[in-house]
Amino acid sequence: MGPVIDNLDLYWSGFLQSLEFILWCLVGSLLVGTVMAAFRVSPVPSLRALAVAYVNVFRNTPLTIVLFFMAFGLPELGINQSYFFFAALGLILYTGAFVCEALRSGVNAVPAGQAEAARALGLTFTQSMRQVILPQAFRSAIPPLGSVQIAMFKNSAVAGAFGIGGDLYSVGKTLTSARGYDYVPVLTGVAIGYLIITLTAAALLTLLERKVAIVR
Amino acid sequence: MTAEATAAETAARPGEPLVVLDHVDKHFGSLHVLQDIELTVNRGEVVVVIGPSGSGKSTLCRTINRLETIDDGSITLDGEPLPAEGKALARLRAEVGMVFQSFNLFAHKTILENVTLGPTKVRGMKKAEADKLAKELLDRVGVGHQADKYPAQLSGGQQQRVAIARALAMQPKVMLFDEPTSALDPEMIKEVLDVMVDLAKQGMTMVVVTHEMGFARTAADRVVFMADGAIVEENTPEEFFTNPQSARAQDFLGKILKH
Ligand SMILES: Nc1ncnc2c1ncn2[C@@H]1O[C@H](COP(=O)(O)OP(=O)(O)O)[C@@H](O)[C@H]1O
Ligand SMILES: [Mg+2]
Repeated sequence: MGPVIDNLDLYWSGFLQSLEFILWCLVGSLLVGTVMAAFRVSPVPSLRALAVAYVNVFRNTPLTIVLFFMAFGLPELGINQSYFFFAALGLILYTGAFVCEALRSGVNAVPAGQAEAARALGLTFTQSMRQVILPQAFRSAIPPLGSVQIAMFKNSAVAGAFGIGGDLYSVGKTLTSARGYDYVPVLTGVAIGYLIITLTAAALLTLLERKVAIVR
Repeated sequence: MTAEATAAETAARPGEPLVVLDHVDKHFGSLHVLQDIELTVNRGEVVVVIGPSGSGKSTLCRTINRLETIDDGSITLDGEPLPAEGKALARLRAEVGMVFQSFNLFAHKTILENVTLGPTKVRGMKKAEADKLAKELLDRVGVGHQADKYPAQLSGGQQQRVAIARALAMQPKVMLFDEPTSALDPEMIKEVLDVMVDLAKQGMTMVVVTHEMGFARTAADRVVFMADGAIVEENTPEEFFTNPQSARAQDFLGKILKH
């Protein structure tokens, strides 16, 4: 583990950069996925169609293609941003489609009587979603949402290959190709970095799941 | 205070038509579930709807706050036709309280929050004021001490009384009850019916789908008997139960009175 010990500061900054990227993608994909899930079950046909199209496109396109499009396609369309931005946008849109589907299954798990009671009180569609349906859908969707987000953490390494810059992936690349360290110890260090993030997240999820479980 | 206010208003203008269904028709595919329904519920009146399972009682009840749409005819509340959709429909629903067979309390909210949700989100009431109102209503239905629990921690009878308080918190013009005691264990039926009888005494306008004859006899002004999607008979409870006119009603009463 010599290379890791020697370059702990580099690893640390790579870890922080990866963590920042992941947090952006976490918040972004939850927002996008929630809005799309609400569209998906809304009474407005055009919103439903939009959400269906979105999910179909992003769930069925390989992540690398999505990232290629963001990193090379968008600049050609005259949109200039950092690679960090493009990579985050790509991963948010990609992950959001899975979040949407996980939440939709959560929405379907909420008994129909809950929505009826909300409507009967005079809550509008948006209010019923926000106050009654989504809070319950989130709770029952926590396990699948957790899997989706952990997959996203790992996909962030793919996004790293497109050049987020300074993240764990590029630390590994710098140490092996530019500095000539051996692959095994260097990549083991990278893997440990990701494991710290994913295992912590998994533990937090279990706590969250216990805390917000709904008894029916 | 609020339900009393509504009741006082009702008492001031009793007898005027409040809910009017005029030539209402509805189909579920090929099933003609509501057939040319004519029904007027007057202010302060308690109407019990009775009839065999599948005769369209729930559907009828649910058209009054447009949880079910209708194919033909018209429904008015306080002279206004029911809005088709959107904010206007939401406003209308706020005026119509509904109590379901399966309670449908919001599972992730406390008892108190169940009751305050409508007043705060729909009526824009301040939280403190809504809490006070909710506590009064919960006390009134006898579950004041359960305010901080979650629905699943309460018995069925308690949950249904909370559901009544939740509906009352909106100060509705009319309350709809769709078999409110059918999902309850026998020993809990009375506690819910007692609350409903009190409500009726205070002048609340009520449409109640129920097979509880005791309730119909004590609280109802009128019994409406439905069969196969149509209103077959309408009468005072006394007349209906002792001297049913139609063969369908005689047959039905024969079956439920046997045990
Ligand atoms: N959403 C629905 N779709 C299709 N058929 C329905 C639906 N709801 C009720 N029905 C049918 O309509 C009829 C009347 O139902 P309902 O109003 O629930 O009767 P009741 O409350 O008197 O038992 C039944 O035959 C039932 O199967
Ligand atoms: Mg029914």
